[in-house]
Amino acid sequence: MKGWKRAVLPAVMLCALAGVANADDGESLLATVRGVDTLWVLVAAFLVFFMQAGFGMVEAGFIRAKNACNILTKNFLDYCVASIMFFLVGYAFMFGTGGSFIGLSGFGMDGAANPSGVSPFAFWLFQAAFCGAAATIVAGGMAERMKFHAYLLYTAVISAVIYPIVGHWVWSGEGWLAGLGFGDFAGSTVVHATGGWAAFVGTVVLGPRIGKFGADGRANAIPGHSIPLAALGVFLLWFGWFGFNPGSTLSVGDGNVIGRVAMNTNLAACAGAILAMVTVWALYGKPDLSMTMNGALAGLVAITAPCAFVSGAAAIAIGAVGGVVVVLGVALLDRVGVDDPVGAVPVHGMNGVWGTLSVGIWGRQALGLARDGLLHGGGAAQLGVQALGAVCVSLFVVASMGLVFLTIRKTVGLRVSKAEELRGLDIGEHGMEAYAGFQVFTTQ
Amino acid sequence: MKLIIAYIQPEKLNDVKQELYRAEVFKMSVTNALGCGQQKGYTESYRGVPIEVNLLKKVRLEIAVNEDFVQPTVDAIIAGARTGQIGDGKIFIVELAACVRIRTGESGSVAIG
Repeated sequence: MKGWKRAVLPAVMLCALAGVANADDGESLLATVRGVDTLWVLVAAFLVFFMQAGFGMVEAGFIRAKNACNILTKNFLDYCVASIMFFLVGYAFMFGTGGSFIGLSGFGMDGAANPSGVSPFAFWLFQAAFCGAAATIVAGGMAERMKFHAYLLYTAVISAVIYPIVGHWVWSGEGWLAGLGFGDFAGSTVVHATGGWAAFVGTVVLGPRIGKFGADGRANAIPGHSIPLAALGVFLLWFGWFGFNPGSTLSVGDGNVIGRVAMNTNLAACAGAILAMVTVWALYGKPDLSMTMNGALAGLVAITAPCAFVSGAAAIAIGAVGGVVVVLGVALLDRVGVDDPVGAVPVHGMNGVWGTLSVGIWGRQALGLARDGLLHGGGAAQLGVQALGAVCVSLFVVASMGLVFLTIRKTVGLRVSKAEELRGLDIGEHGMEAYAGFQVFTTQ
Repeated sequence: MKLIIAYIQPEKLNDVKQELYRAEVFKMSVTNALGCGQQKGYTESYRGVPIEVNLLKKVRLEIAVNEDFVQPTVDAIIAGARTGQIGDGKIFIVELAACVRIRTGESGSVAIG
């Protein structure tokens, strides 16, 4: 039944293209290519938008039932606020002209620059979905204790200013990191390290949840309330990543690049999950599913920068290291007294940096990178540029977002009261519960 | 033999358990409970319509003890659960007519200890 479609559809498309060629109308052919590329970028944008649902489910599943409604409201609203802010000013800061530090033209998409070969509106939607992803990473790290209106303020600042500045450095033609040949294909640094380190400084300023650390400073487990929800969220994110990475090509071409990127993305996620499982099994005796799922996300974050520049085997290696990094990163944060309920910092911050560095190790000039990486005879030059970029972006985000969170704490307050935290933010912030009619233990 | 029933704030359960452990009371049953007392409750809203919630979440502890453990158990629960705020909870102490351990068939004080 399905066979006829496979045979007929390409034939119809060939006829259409042939018709164009016969008319000897090059412009019309270019318009068709642009149309196909726009369609591809739009489909990818829709997939990246759906990652918002993935973040929502992962974060809701990994926290306690009494705060589920609150985290989902944050996930919902940060995408809405980020889209509006990115339209009004963010896009202009990111892709406008004005210098190597920040763009200053095209506010409100009025005469905005379009570095892509596709419709500017499709390109905007794709970039806005990225901006929303960077903003929503922080919700998980600061979950279960951050005031809702403080979160709205934070999300407006990161999507209007901080994320676009980092994006300008790397992805606009005149950015200073782009000028050095810094390679970040789909945003290990721009999106994930930015979100991850913002989550890190946020949770440090906010302090740990009540009961997370005992009197002796040792970490207590605060188990998430729904592993099935979290698992669905990871699958949704993985699915969305097939838009995030392959869509960053911004064109279909002959299909080779998008195919390679999709394959690499998948391989790194699988390797990350397997290695995280093996690591947690060896260290703690059981194949913990929550950590295994974090491993898949770690692999996805790590392959985001190098996905177009490396071979499949390299993608497996990059994802595998990511899986180990995430397990050790979670343990490290527990050791130093930083409370990150969903592992946002190890997944997005640490692996964002790792993925960025891996470009300098396995990247290849033949695949579009500025120089060959360490393992392909290019020496340490590319690795040095990658390290410089990752360090500068991380420091910039920690400093600027630290200032933002400290200002919010001083003015409108960052953290809910102790009584509200104990009863749950669903009742305190929203006056409604995620699971009305169920009896939920709130003994922690 | 007495059965001690206590209703406490859910988030105080860990503190109460620690105090009981210190008083060498290791056996208890814990269930979720809904209840109302002086604390009155709070207001939720759903789609703009207010909902009066006057049954609050509490935790119910049941501990069966021999006579000489009654006072230490009560003291431990108070030590763990008291904040001085309305809503700290109540303790009820009732006579226990009999107690049987299913595994061995023992009954009375031996079965409790």
